[in-house]
Amino acid sequence: MSQTATQPAKTKGKLAIYWAASCGGCEIALLQIDAKILDVAAAFDVVLWPCATDGKVHQIEQMADGGIDLCFFNGSIRTSEQEYMAQLLRRKAKVLVAFGSCASEGCIPGLANLNDRQSIFDTVYKEGSATAPENPGDLRPQHETQMPEGTLHLPVFYDTLKTLDQTVEVDYFLPGCPPEAERIWAAIEAILAGNLPPRGSTLGLTTTVCDECKRKRGEKKIKKFYRTWQIIPDEETCLLDQGLICCGIATRAGCGALCPQVNSPCIGCHGGNDGVEDYGARLSSAVASVIDSSDPDEIERIIADGIPDPVGTFYRFSLAGSLLRRKKRDS
Amino acid sequence: MPDEIFEPKIVGFCCNWCSYRAADLAGTARIKYAPNVRILRVMCSGRVDPSFVLKALASGADGVLVAGCHPGECHYIEQNYKAMRRYHLLKHTLAGLGVEPDRVRLLWASAAEGQQFAEAIDKLVEDVRKLGPLRWPGNWAEDGHRQEAIAAIAKEHQEAIEVLP
Amino acid sequence: MPEKIGVYICHCGSNIAGTVDVQEVARWAGANLKGVAVSRDYKFMCSSLGQQMIEEDIRSQGLTRVVVAACSPHLHEKTFRRVCENAGLNPYLLQMTNVREHVSWVHTDKQAATAKAKALVAAAVGRVAQQESLERTYVEVNPATLVVGGGIAGLQATLELADAGYPVYLVEREPSIGGHMAQFDKTFPTLDCAACILTPKMSEVGQHDKVTLLTYSELEEVSGSVGNFKVKIRQRARMVDAAKCTGCGICIEKCPRKVRDDQFEAGMGFRKAIYTPFPQAVPRIPVIDTANCTFFRTGKCQICAKLCPTEAVDYQQQDEIVELEVGNIILATGWKQFDCSRVGSYGYGRLPNVFSALEFERMCNAAGPTNGKIVLRDGKTEPKSVAIIHCVGSRDVNYNAHCSAICCMAALKFGHLVIEKTQAEVYSFYIDMRTNQKGYEEFYQRLGEEGMQFIRGKVAEVSQAAGPAEEAGKLVLQFDDTLLGRQRRLPVDMVVLMGALEPQADAKEFGLRCGLSCGAAGWYIERHPKLDPVATMTDGVFVAGACQGPKDIPASVAQGAAAAARVAGMISKGTVMIEPVVAAIDEEECSGCRICNTMCPYNAIEFDEEKEVSRVTTALCKGCGTCVAACPAGAITAAHFNNQQIFAEIEGVLCDATNGETASEPRDAGTERSLVVGLSSL
Repeated sequence: MSQTATQPAKTKGKLAIYWAASCGGCEIALLQIDAKILDVAAAFDVVLWPCATDGKVHQIEQMADGGIDLCFFNGSIRTSEQEYMAQLLRRKAKVLVAFGSCASEGCIPGLANLNDRQSIFDTVYKEGSATAPENPGDLRPQHETQMPEGTLHLPVFYDTLKTLDQTVEVDYFLPGCPPEAERIWAAIEAILAGNLPPRGSTLGLTTTVCDECKRKRGEKKIKKFYRTWQIIPDEETCLLDQGLICCGIATRAGCGALCPQVNSPCIGCHGGNDGVEDYGARLSSAVASVIDSSDPDEIERIIADGIPDPVGTFYRFSLAGSLLRRKKRDS
Repeated sequence: MPDEIFEPKIVGFCCNWCSYRAADLAGTARIKYAPNVRILRVMCSGRVDPSFVLKALASGADGVLVAGCHPGECHYIEQNYKAMRRYHLLKHTLAGLGVEPDRVRLLWASAAEGQQFAEAIDKLVEDVRKLGPLRWPGNWAEDGHRQEAIAAIAKEHQEAIEVLP
Repeated sequence: MPEKIGVYICHCGSNIAGTVDVQEVARWAGANLKGVAVSRDYKFMCSSLGQQMIEEDIRSQGLTRVVVAACSPHLHEKTFRRVCENAGLNPYLLQMTNVREHVSWVHTDKQAATAKAKALVAAAVGRVAQQESLERTYVEVNPATLVVGGGIAGLQATLELADAGYPVYLVEREPSIGGHMAQFDKTFPTLDCAACILTPKMSEVGQHDKVTLLTYSELEEVSGSVGNFKVKIRQRARMVDAAKCTGCGICIEKCPRKVRDDQFEAGMGFRKAIYTPFPQAVPRIPVIDTANCTFFRTGKCQICAKLCPTEAVDYQQQDEIVELEVGNIILATGWKQFDCSRVGSYGYGRLPNVFSALEFERMCNAAGPTNGKIVLRDGKTEPKSVAIIHCVGSRDVNYNAHCSAICCMAALKFGHLVIEKTQAEVYSFYIDMRTNQKGYEEFYQRLGEEGMQFIRGKVAEVSQAAGPAEEAGKLVLQFDDTLLGRQRRLPVDMVVLMGALEPQADAKEFGLRCGLSCGAAGWYIERHPKLDPVATMTDGVFVAGACQGPKDIPASVAQGAAAAARVAGMISKGTVMIEPVVAAIDEEECSGCRICNTMCPYNAIEFDEEKEVSRVTTALCKGCGTCVAACPAGAITAAHFNNQQIFAEIEGVLCDATNGETASEPRDAGTERSLVVGLSSL
């Protein structure tokens, strides 16, 4: 790009993209903004993106604090290395965005909070069909191993997976598993324009999926909840009206109600709406409120029959970020 | 401290019309009961959001009481039924998270039932006492090594950089 | 701007200070709680000096919030809200916490009580910091009033309001107003003739230009709120055109069909299929009992229609639904008598000469089925001995725990009538003699002098199992004479059972229709049992008379007048304050899922089909908060009871919970951060 004498050189911002306990889907989602990635490249130098570029952690460590203009951090925190990187990037970044459901609320990795390190390791290293046959001595990853050359450290694997904001202060949240391309681009645009809501806000729409869903909604009075495999729902009527637990009622809009469009109930990957402290509690309160019964025995029956796994149903993506965060650990 | 008796801390949500007045009546009648329940006033048991119960547990409560008017006598006609439905589903969810069912209780008390309210509290306190302290935030406290390990990473990186040309 | 919170702990004399170390709580609050600028304790916060102290602090210290730890907010929340208002602070920036009824009066361990008080104060401080200024709204009061029930309480309320110049709609289920009092012969203790004191009120109501009388009618639906109720009343078809009927009574005279009158005559007498309940009925317009009328059953007869000089009989008449708008509702729906056949051992319904109190009233009434003569069931034999059993169905764990308030006096009255009209011996079987109002004790003494005999003891059984010869053919009472300390038997000719006063059979369901609950015994719940007996928890709905609890005629009249005075006060003031504790839906956040639509029993939530959002009608919202807890989008907020306030309260109340680690920090959404220099130059 040539520069005329009267035009000063444009400085590019520094962008870091990091993944912690995640699946890689957020990286792919970022690329789904298609050609707009070129606009991103024009505005930013990518200083760290383990998935795609060659940036080194020690270069980040050597930067001045606040030297990174924007950091998209996806994935949750469940090892000491991930926590270290979260702390590092928080120091070095002016704006830290919890990118995607894992960083915002724990997402699927968060369901490990129904277990603890011991039982996870037992499953993987002792009972797991892939590892166990190769591990007759039941070796487990050790935090410290003495070698002749010195001490080797592996990251400590935590009992409880944390969200990014349970670890460091987060500036903005971009929800979704993964975030929709449109929403990613809208966030980047807002950041570039300096047009941002107060620190700590979620970047996205402030209503729920029902707003984007075309189905016809009636007054809800549910006598029976159905599992998704039990019925083929009618395509015009609200899925919750038909007894399916569609999490769209509590889930932030922004995806265009993709799942209900293909006749499948929303599973809640976009997290809760603004001001919701505990997604699962909000969702379960709403679902319980419309059970059409005032008899305790009948209510019990409706719940036991239709919602055999309330934690999985209501906290599928949000367990780690919920008020209780995890299942009670056996002492 | 094996000699100290465990005193549970229980948060109670009482509806303005019946159960809060039942607690008031227990007071006016000078009925004595255990001091472990701390009452928050809401207008109706239907206001009680499951997240209140979870917040209380997450903030260190050992038990939670939700109290409202008897079914059929709700000051707002039928809102206690909605509280009942939410309570039942919440119990299932709490069971899935390993919280013992006896820690969270739904109680119906009319404004005239001061004695019964006091007795119900005493029973709840004893039931929770038997279950022991919950200390929920301790569930997500990491045991040992975490801070060391994080500090060690910085040190290791430092050492590695010194080796680089 | 940080809040400046004033914390005030009341000693309440030694009521609180005797158990809670109030000075320590005040000190601790000032030293430890965020935002507390002033922390004081004082002997009597609600006194004028106490209130002044708070007012002065608000002004001089610029307090932005106030916490008062004292008695129950049900007693003094209004008081301290007024203090805030007087000092220029919005009254909803106050939080009261209860350290008396909930702490000092119920716990003995002073340490535990003080710790609990501290936690409650911490909760209040945390909550009040999140509270917001709220503005009260004022609605106009419709000057029309609906009175339900035309018994003595309802009549009194109606007359008071009508005489004050306000329109009244009086709805009565029976064909005539008058209630139970119309059935009585004499009233205690004055022995006034019931009809003589009642009928003038009845005709005044019937003729009053401010009163619209809707008899043979039922209140079916109530909607709206104080100042503006909409009610639907079903005027049942009398089969007689009220506009044409002159009340001449020919139809009744000539009607060939006699029906046992189970209502007014308590089953003791008969009426016709077309009838007015009693001669002095108001209105005088008859009613056809279609279940028993020959024409309605077989298609034959029609004598009444043929004979009516004004052609007022209309067999085609339909029920009519009348829709009215009123500002207030007074329920004076009265009581029903206990079904004495439930007490099998007394033989009511099985043994012919066992009578219920209402049956005996009708018997004594000069216009009654026996023309006032006290006779056995055969209609002619005068009894030589009459036993009156108190507390039948009252004060009894098997039936009703309550005392029916009037039966002892009514029993004395019956005793007097027996003595006056017959030569019979009359016995009262009582547990206690409850004659505690003006002139009542004297009436009791009088009856003793008249020769009524009093036996203290509950009757176990009334039977025909005669033993010795003198018992043959008589009713034998087996009882425990507690004053003599012996079991005894007494043969009598007639037994009168003082059946309990009970709530009407549909009292509960009817109350719910008006937004009222019933207590355990089934009587309507008043706003405060000592200080506010005619208001209810639902603004604009009042209760008067026996429907609130068993009571005699003077008390019913007093309550009817009291309810009318309250209503008149509201009408003359012109507006009524609506508490701003209501729900509101943020239409931006609402996605129209409609979960809240079925949450509101007051129909305050409606769904806008066009915008696809739900909306709360503030005037109808009673502030219960159920929809707030149900909304999955968090789009509904509860003013004065929102989530932030309650969460802060929860955290505060657990400030001394030892965890090992604290709960997660709340997300900091408050401070805005300007963006980095580098980015802004792009």
